[in-house]
Amino acid sequence: MTELLQYVITGVTVGSIYGLIALGFVLVYNSSHVINFAQGDLQMVGGMIAVAVLTAGLPLPVAVVVGTLGGAVAGFLLYKAAIEPAGDAGPLPLVVITLGAALVLRGVVELIWGRGYYSLPAFSGDEAIQFLGVTIVPQSLWVLGLTAAVVVVLTYFFNSTKTGKAILATSIDPDAATLMGINTRRMKLLCFGLGGFLGAVAGVAIAPIAFTYSMVGLMLGLKGFVAAVLGGLGNFKGAVIGGLILGVTETMMSGYGASDYKDAIAFLLILVILIFMPRGLLGASGVERV
Amino acid sequence: MTNMNEAVAPAQSAPIATPPALKLKADSLRRLGPVVALGLAIALVPLIAGSAYHMHMAVMIGIHAVIAISLNLLVGYAGQISLGHAGFMAIGAYGTAILSARYGWPPLLGLGVSSIAAGLLAFAVGRPILRLKGYYLAMATLGLGMIIYLVISNEVWLTGGPDGMSLSVLTVFGIELDSAGKWYWIVGAILLLTYWMARNLVDAPIGRALRALEGPDALAASAGIDISWNKVRIFAVSAALTALMGGVGALYSGFITPKSADFMQSIELILMVILGGMGSVFGAVVGAGIVTMLPQVLTSLEHYESLVYGVILILVMVFMPKGLVPTTAHLIRKFRR
Amino acid sequence: MSDLQVVALSKVFGGLRATDDVSFSIEAGTVNSIIGPNGAGKTTLLNLITGIYEPSSGDVRLGGKSLIGKPTHVRVGMGLGRTFQTPQICHNMSAIENVMLGSHLQLDSRLAPAALRRRSIVSADKQCRARAAELMNYVGLGRYLEESPGAMPYGALKRLEIARALAGSPKLILLDEPAAGLGAPEKAELSQLISKLSESGVTTVLVEHDMKLVMSVSKHIVVLNYGKKLAEGTPDVVRDNPEVIAAYLGRAA
Repeated sequence: MTELLQYVITGVTVGSIYGLIALGFVLVYNSSHVINFAQGDLQMVGGMIAVAVLTAGLPLPVAVVVGTLGGAVAGFLLYKAAIEPAGDAGPLPLVVITLGAALVLRGVVELIWGRGYYSLPAFSGDEAIQFLGVTIVPQSLWVLGLTAAVVVVLTYFFNSTKTGKAILATSIDPDAATLMGINTRRMKLLCFGLGGFLGAVAGVAIAPIAFTYSMVGLMLGLKGFVAAVLGGLGNFKGAVIGGLILGVTETMMSGYGASDYKDAIAFLLILVILIFMPRGLLGASGVERV
Repeated sequence: MTNMNEAVAPAQSAPIATPPALKLKADSLRRLGPVVALGLAIALVPLIAGSAYHMHMAVMIGIHAVIAISLNLLVGYAGQISLGHAGFMAIGAYGTAILSARYGWPPLLGLGVSSIAAGLLAFAVGRPILRLKGYYLAMATLGLGMIIYLVISNEVWLTGGPDGMSLSVLTVFGIELDSAGKWYWIVGAILLLTYWMARNLVDAPIGRALRALEGPDALAASAGIDISWNKVRIFAVSAALTALMGGVGALYSGFITPKSADFMQSIELILMVILGGMGSVFGAVVGAGIVTMLPQVLTSLEHYESLVYGVILILVMVFMPKGLVPTTAHLIRKFRR
Repeated sequence: MSDLQVVALSKVFGGLRATDDVSFSIEAGTVNSIIGPNGAGKTTLLNLITGIYEPSSGDVRLGGKSLIGKPTHVRVGMGLGRTFQTPQICHNMSAIENVMLGSHLQLDSRLAPAALRRRSIVSADKQCRARAAELMNYVGLGRYLEESPGAMPYGALKRLEIARALAGSPKLILLDEPAAGLGAPEKAELSQLISKLSESGVTTVLVEHDMKLVMSVSKHIVVLNYGKKLAEGTPDVVRDNPEVIAAYLGRAA
């Protein structure tokens, strides 16, 4: 029983990481209907920058702030350098462009920091908390807390602020939004920046419990996307729940013997979901994908 | 898949068997010109190749060109992206290796069976997957490719895992195929045949139907096209051909690792199609040539291949979304007018 | 003899009855129109006939055979042709190839013979091209044969769609707002083309807003309002129907 509980707790931590990354996908998708294949790499960039700042001798909080802002800058650059010049390209070119951006981010990171594995110290110590015989790493509470905070802030942002509503309008009908005086380009730029920021928040938050390295973005990005699709793409709470489901399933599977195929679960899930539940598990959103 | 083998006999005689009528001469020239030019190029390369290494590169380009042509039928003509084609390549490579090295099958039988198996797998998963569009199709094919990669990496008892697997030298009709020079002619023949068949295919009614799949579903359906069936069968054919060349590549190199199935390999294949030109058979060959030679040309940049690939992908998509060959052809036409 | 029969057809979206118990039949070889104010359910009806939606209840029969449950491409094979409100054209092929696309079901579309360039395929395709050229002449697009659709005017694209639909040798052709976006001279040409179509024996159904066109070419008109059939009959009967007048004037005022 303790074992099962431990798996669930670990799974929830892992899952909230996926959820945090999924939020970045949802944010960019909601604003511009682009699936940003570079989302996982934005997260990796955030983690790497934070590590570099810390290595340079600056204190951890500074590293965290610089890392997250670095992700935002990378998001802005991604939009300015690759998405905007492509104009009204369809999904196929945008898949290729964001994939290209993912490779560029990875390449730049390798150029500067190589292919090594790095990590950050935990935000508030490494001493594990014992609870009902289960071990909890303090950093996982940070990850959980951040995920919850981001959901609350994003929900407020989109439901109650003028900018948030302008972004939604841009996503629903760019032409009508333009007529209403919304600068749609700036809204999309903002969203890619926010997406980069969110990705980097995830990257910095998980760097103390999972290594960050140039290739990590691919797998984490894919899993974040799986989580977002599980939650019915477009829905912030759904994305987090999707992440938790994926995290717990993975941890259970590897805990009970199939650890070699831990990474395959996300891909199996995505195939099953796309094929059988095209609207996602929670899918209330009217997203057309078939 | 099977039409590869059926095709061999009539394909070689067909251009002679159908002597072009006088009024069709220009048309035949336009159609057969590139095939003849490619044939000449294939015949000439060994004369100018300075070393065994050049021949090795030529063989690799040939293998990739066939895959790029088959992938282009799916991506460039039918407009259906696949980010998992390296998985099919690996099914061909590992299928051939496992059936011959572990189970003692004749290698060519193993090659045929694994190509057909890849085609059948694509056929089975194609119907549900190809209903998806755009990003979702990209993700689903990527997932499929990753699952194949993970199986190959993890089933060590069967595939050798990350350490890879060796294949013994293939002997056909008493000839040991132990050098790039010998493989070159085999791969060259397959390439020429594939090129000719792909050109025929896109010129035929089915080629138009494939191009119509790129547009809205309502359009294709209103023209009487069975969308699902046509997507699925071109996916299956493309998968089988890709597996075939994966197997040929394995037999040629004699050693395979799971790396050949990974995501970067799928990206390279897509890059060949996009760079050379979506919806251009010749473009696929050009794209395969460039992407295969790129790491060699940029040897000093070998650690930065992802950066270089990434930049190329973005630049091509932004500045010439149709790819090198169609863009160049367009410029030439414009210049002539 | 009736060609198209719509029998007690209904389509419910959520709580909305977009098509509500609509029945009518259309005589072979005639020109017919489906009209109604915006939101009357014309597009839904068209989508039910062509197979984009499946009805909640009721039946659609073409030449006596039910179309329900059959995918669009099968309905095309049974003799149903259509055009779209905004022209749906493949921009990755020439104008004549777009028309040839319409003959898809009459041609051999197997992969292996095509890859091997079997003579039967090549010659059939040549005939198909010749016929497509004839059809383009027929709809007045003779000078655009090898043109890229992107370089053609809007009105020409609408006629290109008609040629593509005709290439499938349909028994019945559905024209979705063929006059929308056309200028007066183009509308006059369209009206002539529609008359030519029915003379050649093709049953024609227009979904159209342009009353002048509808009244001048149609033999039979079905009027929809709020998903229900409001009236049907000859142009004169429909024109004098007080309910029809009310529906239109109610909107206009």
